[in-house]
Amino acid sequence: MASASDCISQTGPGLKERNYFGFSDCSSVDRSTVSSAHLESKNNMNMKATELRLGLPGSQSPERDSDFSLLNSVKLDEKPLFPLAPSKDRICTLSQKTVASGNKRGFDDTVDGFSESKTTNFSEGNWMFNATGSDPGQAKLAGNVISIRPSGTQLAIKSEVPAKTLQESTNKIIGTNTANAPAAKAQVVGWPPIRSFRKNSLVTTSKTNDEVDGKPGPGALFVKVSMDGAPYLRKVDLRMYSAYKELSSALEKMFSCFTIGQCGPQGAPTRKMLSESKLRDLLHGSEYVLTYEDKDGDWMLVGDVPWEMFIASCKKLKIMKGSDAIGLGSSSYQVLLHFKAKKSLMYPCFVWDLAVYQCFYKESFRPDYGSDVPECFVLMSDISFICLLAFSCVFLECLLRLRLYLLFILNLDFLVEAQ
Amino acid sequence: MCLFQFQSVMNYFPEEVLEHVFDFLTSHRDRNTVSLVCKSWYSVERFSREKVFIGNCYAVNPERLIARFPRLRSLTLKGKPHFADFNLVPDGWGGHVYPWIEAMAKSGINLEELKLKRMVVSDESLELLAKSFPNFKSLVLVSCEGFTTVGLAAIASNCRFLRELDLQENEVDDLKGKWLSCFPESCTSLVSLNFACLKGEVNVVALERLVARCPNLRSLRLNHTVPLEVLQKILVRAPQLSDLGTGSFTHDPDSETFIKLKNAMKNCHSIRSLSGFLDVNGRCLPAIYPICISLTSLNLSYAPGIFSNELIKLICHCKKIERLWILDTIGDKGLGVVANTCKELQELRVFPSDLYGVGNTAVTEEGLVAISAGCPKLNSILYFCQQMTNAALITVAKNCPNFIRFRLCTLDPIVPDAVTNQPLDEGFGAIVQSCKRLTRLSVSGLLTDQVFLYIGMYAEQLEMLSIAFAGDSDKGMLYVLNGCKKLKKLEIRDSPFGNMALLSDMGKYETMRSLWMSSCEVTLGGCKTLAEKMPWLNVEIINEHEAGEGEGEASCDDRHRVEKMYLYRTLVGPRKDAPDFVWTL
Repeated sequence: MASASDCISQTGPGLKERNYFGFSDCSSVDRSTVSSAHLESKNNMNMKATELRLGLPGSQSPERDSDFSLLNSVKLDEKPLFPLAPSKDRICTLSQKTVASGNKRGFDDTVDGFSESKTTNFSEGNWMFNATGSDPGQAKLAGNVISIRPSGTQLAIKSEVPAKTLQESTNKIIGTNTANAPAAKAQVVGWPPIRSFRKNSLVTTSKTNDEVDGKPGPGALFVKVSMDGAPYLRKVDLRMYSAYKELSSALEKMFSCFTIGQCGPQGAPTRKMLSESKLRDLLHGSEYVLTYEDKDGDWMLVGDVPWEMFIASCKKLKIMKGSDAIGLGSSSYQVLLHFKAKKSLMYPCFVWDLAVYQCFYKESFRPDYGSDVPECFVLMSDISFICLLAFSCVFLECLLRLRLYLLFILNLDFLVEAQ
Repeated sequence: MCLFQFQSVMNYFPEEVLEHVFDFLTSHRDRNTVSLVCKSWYSVERFSREKVFIGNCYAVNPERLIARFPRLRSLTLKGKPHFADFNLVPDGWGGHVYPWIEAMAKSGINLEELKLKRMVVSDESLELLAKSFPNFKSLVLVSCEGFTTVGLAAIASNCRFLRELDLQENEVDDLKGKWLSCFPESCTSLVSLNFACLKGEVNVVALERLVARCPNLRSLRLNHTVPLEVLQKILVRAPQLSDLGTGSFTHDPDSETFIKLKNAMKNCHSIRSLSGFLDVNGRCLPAIYPICISLTSLNLSYAPGIFSNELIKLICHCKKIERLWILDTIGDKGLGVVANTCKELQELRVFPSDLYGVGNTAVTEEGLVAISAGCPKLNSILYFCQQMTNAALITVAKNCPNFIRFRLCTLDPIVPDAVTNQPLDEGFGAIVQSCKRLTRLSVSGLLTDQVFLYIGMYAEQLEMLSIAFAGDSDKGMLYVLNGCKKLKKLEIRDSPFGNMALLSDMGKYETMRSLWMSSCEVTLGGCKTLAEKMPWLNVEIINEHEAGEGEGEASCDDRHRVEKMYLYRTLVGPRKDAPDFVWTL
């Protein structure tokens, strides 16, 4: 400890406060001062941080610290290192906030958002941070990893795979309910370096194995996310989220840069000033809808089925313009229809449902019978539905009349007997 | 005087003889060297070359390839940079194979083999491939994407002499088509079929019939939807298999089917390589004990459901194993068993099984030390571990000086020595110093510039180096660039190397295949300088914020750090199929 403090005193003014670890022995006083003078504060150095020498490359040797003083804006080495400890005190969030205060206010918003989020179980520390966001000349957070090993548990930081918006630093906080994990576990983009095929195979194989239990969130499930108008696809790991709300907020942030780009009327300044709330409105309003392609190749609206079912069947995600998505039906009904479409070849009476759907929902909907069904059967089903329509009308009519007659007869009998 | 005579002798050497001599040269490098000797040798070599290897598909274009090697029969192409495997390269970056196939088809090349790695293969390209080359025999796709089972169906139905269809770890959109049934009844030439990466069901009846009519079938790898019963029937029909990848390997061990499988396995005396087990029940493993004794290659890395003790029991039977790929569920203890049993082991890969959990089953440095002590022939290792120490690495270096590939990956990228909390510089330094033949190295853990000094000093044969979260300053990269004379591929991520290192020796990059730097300190200005001075390099910047950005934006400032830079030497200038977010300077 002495050496560390010596080190601090020598490099005095140049030393930046770097709260790498959310150790509970850090006093709240220290952290609050950081909030006011983030870049200029010299004291309140976390001793343990310097001792363990963990942190980012370049942040280890003391002479490096002198470079920090030259930087007014937050740079690579000043990546906000979010303490990710299973600590009980709420101060942790404050410290993140303070460390990241050099970044855009996007982070502040997310911190606020975080506290509202219902899925985070703060006292267990079961939350993960997505520390991302790169702003040239400003903080570059992508690829941060901090590893702490207090008493054998491993903590690290997870950063969202493709979410690197350049104009706003979007530090996302995503909570997961990993009840078994005493410590939050997070991962860097592309680390450990394993092909996604292998990562996905770990998921599927471990799911089917009954004995493997108690493991929090096995593997990863990467699906491609595309957006109309975005230059390229991204991939998200669905297992990082446990509810639709998290997924949609993550996607909002991921694609915010593209949305802003499209709707910002005047160059750069507009981008910076566009607030998070406006963004949310954009995405939640009729502007864009989130859809997914399921195992059968149908495009459904996200949000109808339970989350687990969604994860199991989602193959791709797409953010499409609201106008394009009008034709999509509710997913559960689609599933039903698809099933019925196949069955209708054998049981023409199910075509009735299709007829109803056609009439009321979408005129030109034609259910997918699958690729191996010849065209004539499809035609037959159309014809059969018309016949059935007619037939069932007549049949119902007769039934009704029969009932009336029966009732009349019965009543008469009854009446006769009663008298 | 001597030289004059020698030269005249060489001039009268008939070309047919030269050609015959060159036929014995199989390595690409030898052939490349031979073609540099003189013009006549260049010409002879060029007309006799049938196999061409192109390590970077953008270094040259199809027209030049065809112009130089008109008798091309076998082509190997690699597309995206290595880090694309780990989601660091956005989709749509490039690496399309269609232009190559189109050009070869138009020029009447008699293509017979195509091996692609990390390329984008569309269904159209597969169809064009199938229809344009009547003698097409072998298609190997590794880590590719962009195609569906429709493309596979085209290959199956049109390639009459197809011998090999090998799909390894590709992203295939399985449209549940009946591609397997598209193999015509006349197709009897199949030698190798690997569809383990497909996710959908296949027509098992068609599969069985196919296996039955292909007597030369040596390698068959099924996907996880093929049940055990079908595997049993296949083994009965094809006992000559030498490489088997099982499909689903779960069944009731007491059932008749399982007993039949065991008997079938006993009959398969030729199986030397076993993989698959994508869906496995540990209690079914005893069925493979009879073949374990003669196995040389075993891949259990897709099977996290096998417990450590079951793995150990299995390994005890595998005495002749040379290549072992397993998950870290085996634990240090299991690795100790491997060390005691598998004395012929040459290549070991230990993959992580638990990417997100706390994970008590991970391996540590003890396992690695045990392996190095017990397996004297070990020359290639890929090891994902929870922790590592310098002492362990030094011991490993002493025990195994024969490493050709050494890839260590700590699950936490900047973890220091677990015992001393020092950086792992000394450990890796010992490795490079001791292993004189090291050609591929991946480092991880807490590392300073010192390790790069060691690498530069000692790793003379190093050709590929992967760096992540390492180094303190530009000096690190400088050591490597100055020291490793044979360096071909350098990939760096999240390390503080900047313009000074990048620009210090620009000529070096023309001797290398490619350089990848992401999340480093290199700025746009540095990249521009490099691009201006080196016309034979393509310097590509991947911008992730391209949408809606106009000229004169803040991000065009030369002082801004570039997110991702990929540069490679090329003969054909900037590529024409670069998407919007890739900016070639």
